Amino acid sequence: MTALDDTPAGPAEAGQVAAPDEAVGARGLLRALLRNRLAAAALVVLAIFVVVAVLGERLAPYGRNEVSSADKLRAPSLEHPFGTDQLGRDVLSRVLIGAEPSLRVGLVAVGIALVAGVVLGLVAGYYRGLVDDVVMRCMDVLFAFPAILLAIAVMAIRGRGATNAMIAIGVVYTPIFARVTRASVLTVREQVFVRAARSIGAGDLRIMTRHVLPNVAAPIIVQTSISLAFAILAEAALSFIGLGTQPPEPSWGRMLADGRGFIQDAWWMAVFPGLAIFAVVLSFNVTGDALRDALDPRQRSAIESAAGRG
Amino acid sequence: MTAPARTPADAPPAPGEVLLRAEGLAVHFPQRGGPPVRAVDGVDLEVRRGETLGLVGESGCGKSTLGLALLRLVEPTAGRIELDGTDVTALGRRELRGLRRRVAMVFQDPYASLDPRQTIGRIVAEPLEVHGLAPGRAARRARVDELLAMVGLDPSFRDRRPHELSGGQRQRVGVARALAGEPELIVCDEPISSLDVSIQAQVLNLLVRLQRELGLTYLFVAHDLAAVQHVSDRVAVMYLGRIVEVGDTARVTGDPAHPYTRALLSAVPVPDPPAERVRRRIVLSGDVPSPAAPPSGCRFRTRCPDAFEPCPHVDPALADLGGGHRAACHLHGVVGTPVDEAGAALLDDPA
Ligand SMILES: Nc1ncnc2c1ncn2[C@@H]1O[C@H](COP(=O)(O)OP(=O)(O)O)[C@@H](O)[C@H]1O
Ligand code: SF4
Ligand SMILES: [Mg+2]
Repeated sequence: MTALDDTPAGPAEAGQVAAPDEAVGARGLLRALLRNRLAAAALVVLAIFVVVAVLGERLAPYGRNEVSSADKLRAPSLEHPFGTDQLGRDVLSRVLIGAEPSLRVGLVAVGIALVAGVVLGLVAGYYRGLVDDVVMRCMDVLFAFPAILLAIAVMAIRGRGATNAMIAIGVVYTPIFARVTRASVLTVREQVFVRAARSIGAGDLRIMTRHVLPNVAAPIIVQTSISLAFAILAEAALSFIGLGTQPPEPSWGRMLADGRGFIQDAWWMAVFPGLAIFAVVLSFNVTGDALRDALDPRQRSAIESAAGRG
Repeated sequence: MTAPARTPADAPPAPGEVLLRAEGLAVHFPQRGGPPVRAVDGVDLEVRRGETLGLVGESGCGKSTLGLALLRLVEPTAGRIELDGTDVTALGRRELRGLRRRVAMVFQDPYASLDPRQTIGRIVAEPLEVHGLAPGRAARRARVDELLAMVGLDPSFRDRRPHELSGGQRQRVGVARALAGEPELIVCDEPISSLDVSIQAQVLNLLVRLQRELGLTYLFVAHDLAAVQHVSDRVAVMYLGRIVEVGDTARVTGDPAHPYTRALLSAVPVPDPPAERVRRRIVLSGDVPSPAAPPSGCRFRTRCPDAFEPCPHVDPALADLGGGHRAACHLHGVVGTPVDEAGAALLDDPA
């Protein structure tokens, strides 16, 4: 009889084990993140960052470019908690106001990379063949350049300024989204439910958007969080070398660059914007890692079984 | 290309009329650094309107690939597939959608065949949306509820997701999805083999009832004869990409003409004790050969207890033994395609 037996119903059990993860909605995900203390702290930092970026000007005790020559290079005090810079501007106010361009450039840049990368990765992974080869070889070429160098090259073509910084950073992070998306699409496209959708007459566009995309969302969400960290860092770097946000607009990267010349006499000029960059970038990274753990069923069940044994 | 409206009056359609015919159908999968896998390799098959045709054979013999090819879910390498006389191997994109409305499929694994991110309601509604049936939200919803009721599921299942359902419930959803397009033919690819034994009968009975009520035609795939002989009007036995025997269920199981069918039958327990006592188990020797390199002549010869002189030299034709009972075996006369000169000399009726 053995020779005549078909494969047993192995996937049945696996399907049941994996099921709860598929059910994790936005709320379940948030709950999972908050259970992780580090991730909870990171989310708090990010929440503060967003609030500051939105309210910025209104929270700042002084105007963005308010100059007081009497107050040049003052050390932190009650009046100026983060001190003042070489022109007598309040550093705290400028750090608060500088949150907005950081977040905006980061969000828009990652938005560009997300849309372009996901579309390219989805099409390449779904159709395979020549489309896949052409798209992914182009992505490889982009990916081969060091990120900042590529961004500088894009800005050399398009000129300096915040808008071009967004486009440059967006281009730089497109390949990573394309790769992450394509890798997941390659497995999802082979699933029986995709074949089942085709069996009832569904077309490629419908299958890609309704069946493949929702099933590759998890790694893309993780990548988004991690990329936000890098995009904000990249914006700071571009502003630092004078290509991004232009003076006199406050920008963390620009402030860091200005503070560099006074680091001996006025450490506060560089340290506070530096800390702001550090806190936000770290928080996005921690959140990305936590999302990965929460969304990856294998990793999670590994943690759970380890806990069970412990 | 639209399905005929189905009223109770024409429910049991005239049996015997051929709904689907495959001729010389082949599906070869190219393999890197080797000969192609000849999963389906020259299949001739007729499915008659209103019948259940059982398709049996060991795992890997090409049953699923054959079923998928009928819906053009894999592309045939050669051959014709006619649905009501129209060749479907040449259909364009839009006509293909029409084909997939007239022919539906129920998949083997109810865990893998439902999109984990969609609700049951959306899964069942998808064919309605794709084919523009029951337009409008309210009508669609009512139709989904109706389809769920037809497969014995409460309308409350509409908002659940697959992981909340048992295997049997999931397969019912798979059946409801297959029914949504009002198909004429449903390819049931081992629809109960991955279910718990305790619920296999329920799902099988559901399929039988739906066929009776809706006048459906089934191609019912299974890996052993026991699973299909009670529901099939006719049975086709497949081995290594070919149909080796086909005929009325009673003929094929009562008087099997092909040694492979006999071997399959010897593995089926008989409920009748005297018959069970005389039943001899024919244990097949050797492994199934690779479909990338099938044996010359008769593909079964490497495991056949009755193999004789012409078997390696002549590829046996699926010859008629009378009454629509056909078998591809030289024991009933050496007919077929000689693979070499020795084979040509061995033919019963050299042309
Ligand atoms: N997409 C594919 N690519 C390559 N080989 C395949 C593919 N699908 C099926 N096969 C091979 O074709 C043969 C028949 O498979 P299948 O039709 O699934 O058999 P069954 O349904 O009878 O178990 C097997 O040898 C299988 O490995
Ligand atoms: S043709 Fe020969 S090898 Fe093939 S089944 Fe008949 S007897 Fe066996
Ligand atoms: Mg199969």
